[in-house]
Amino acid sequence: MIVATSNSTRISKRFAELRAGGELGIVAYITAGDPSLEATLKFVRALSDAGADVIELGVPFSDPLADGPTIQRASERALKSGTSLAGVIDLVRRIRQLSEVPLVLFSYYNPILQMGLETFARAASEAGVDGVLVTDLTPEESVDYRRILAAHHLDTIFLGAPTSTDERLAKIAAASSGFLYLISRTGVTGAKDALPDDLPALIRRARAVTRLPIAVGFGISLPGHVSVLGGLADAAVVGSALVAEIENAESGDAASAALAARVHSLKQAATHGLSRREVAP
Amino acid sequence: MVPLFELERAYEIAKSDASFQSQLHGLLKNFAGRPTPLQFAARLSTHLGGPRIYLKREDLLHTGAHKINNAIGQGLLALKMGKPRIVAETGAGQHGVASATIAAHLRLQCIVYMGTEDMTRQALNVARMRLLGAQVVAVDSGSRTLKDAINEAMRDWVTNVRTTHYLLGSVLGAHPYPTMVRDFQAVIGREARDQILAAEKRLPSHLFACVGGGSNAIGLFYAFLRDAEVRMLGFEAGGRGCELGEHAARLAAAQGYAGARPGVLQGTYTYVLQNSDGQIATTHSISAGLDYPAIGPEHAWLADQRRAEYSAVSDSAALDAAQLLARTEGIIPALESAHAIAGLIERRAQFTRDDLVIVNLSGRGDKDMDTYSRLL
Repeated sequence: MIVATSNSTRISKRFAELRAGGELGIVAYITAGDPSLEATLKFVRALSDAGADVIELGVPFSDPLADGPTIQRASERALKSGTSLAGVIDLVRRIRQLSEVPLVLFSYYNPILQMGLETFARAASEAGVDGVLVTDLTPEESVDYRRILAAHHLDTIFLGAPTSTDERLAKIAAASSGFLYLISRTGVTGAKDALPDDLPALIRRARAVTRLPIAVGFGISLPGHVSVLGGLADAAVVGSALVAEIENAESGDAASAALAARVHSLKQAATHGLSRREVAP
Repeated sequence: MVPLFELERAYEIAKSDASFQSQLHGLLKNFAGRPTPLQFAARLSTHLGGPRIYLKREDLLHTGAHKINNAIGQGLLALKMGKPRIVAETGAGQHGVASATIAAHLRLQCIVYMGTEDMTRQALNVARMRLLGAQVVAVDSGSRTLKDAINEAMRDWVTNVRTTHYLLGSVLGAHPYPTMVRDFQAVIGREARDQILAAEKRLPSHLFACVGGGSNAIGLFYAFLRDAEVRMLGFEAGGRGCELGEHAARLAAAQGYAGARPGVLQGTYTYVLQNSDGQIATTHSISAGLDYPAIGPEHAWLADQRRAEYSAVSDSAALDAAQLLARTEGIIPALESAHAIAGLIERRAQFTRDDLVIVNLSGRGDKDMDTYSRLL
């Protein structure tokens, strides 16, 4: 049972509401600053209005090891437009003037390390960030990071993979707060046609070791993917498919409309898929 | 993380596995050509007018550089782990050629990632890898050099991790790579220590090596770490200037080279060339094998402990050094190794006649003939 207390972040509260309603959540990822921070502000609004439950803002990095070509290109565009971690935090401050949508920063470790853990955590928390996911930080190396972020009421989200053993999943979950992010398949980010057959087993293994909400990402782009996850996971993360909409759009307004349409169709599939109560523990 | 644990376990077992060690030793001896000579460089010693100089001739190994030592070790590990496919990154192409070679020899499938900038300047090695049956994949992102090739190799590895071993070529990346690659290269220093004691009845006063990621340098240094009287000097790529983007000098701030701070790149915490936002910088070196923004973490530690000393030499000093070695000793060095010779030349006035120097001649210069014939 997830109980939303006064100390919970917007993330925990949102997942508690989703569970109470038996609904699969949609976590929407876009790269901040692609093609500009102004544009990102509009995109966040479109995503939130279309029903995205949590928004992940990618902090662009020169060497995005965990990302496929689509998000690599977005990262390059964002860096070209001058986006920095400080700029992304400032964007969050502006988003918070308009919206209470739960916000997660999705980053590589080095920009955070260079800003300084304490400086980063304070600034992010004050701006209105709810949680942080660092793709290239392991639970073993994250003791200081977790202590400092927790002190600033920021959730720390870690990635579990299909190669993770049960013991490893337990360790990752123990380091996580807000939700556990499961990678649907081995590899980097990017839209794929089909979800792997062993995904339900992975989700069940994760359920056995944690009571945290579980979001599944990497390779999710279509309503069909989302309906499969209904009843298994708490949320589906869609990233590269949204970033591709931005890349392919003729204008900022067209991109906003495409993002909204995509999230809307995924949210429809999430709402009308199997009720999670039928399958989940 | 789980594949890294698996690799660490396999490596720990292999270390004390007699059959693995005997296979490794057999391939190093009969396939690669170990031990390599420690050659007294009489004419270079006379020319520089200072110390007695010995060259550790890793350039005489099969495939032309020290990289084969590590490739053989990890190739055998891939077999042990039941992985039929290896991926590798390469800068100068020497590690790619070594990987393609051991893959052919052990019947493993081999994919090598290489920046397009490096494919142009090391075209001979691209042809060699293809002849050996490896697939060479062009990497056209970022600076189109070694760093970007590593990114792409790591992406391949995490995607195909169940069937694939990542044969990382330097003392970089996440644990256990820096220690494992060091151990496979430490044979250089073990041999050199025995050879110098046999030839001169004393330890050397100085060791010289070039440092990109730092595998040939740590390979030479490691056996001498406890010999406090042996000074260890590593030479980075000073490129064409001190500004960020013009060099690949991570431990040469004292010489004015800008932009290096501790940071995390590709799973390693070490000195990294970067801007104030923590974005990794582009680098420049005439030598593809030294053209990388981070240094192996053990070198960072040795520098902080002041056990080893690091500095940078320029593109043009390396070119001059290559020419001098060719003319005095009849050896055309790789551009990487030429940086170590250049460091020696720059310090010629600081030596006495009692000094005894070993330079790691980590690779031969065939692959650099295009650059040499253009610029010399």
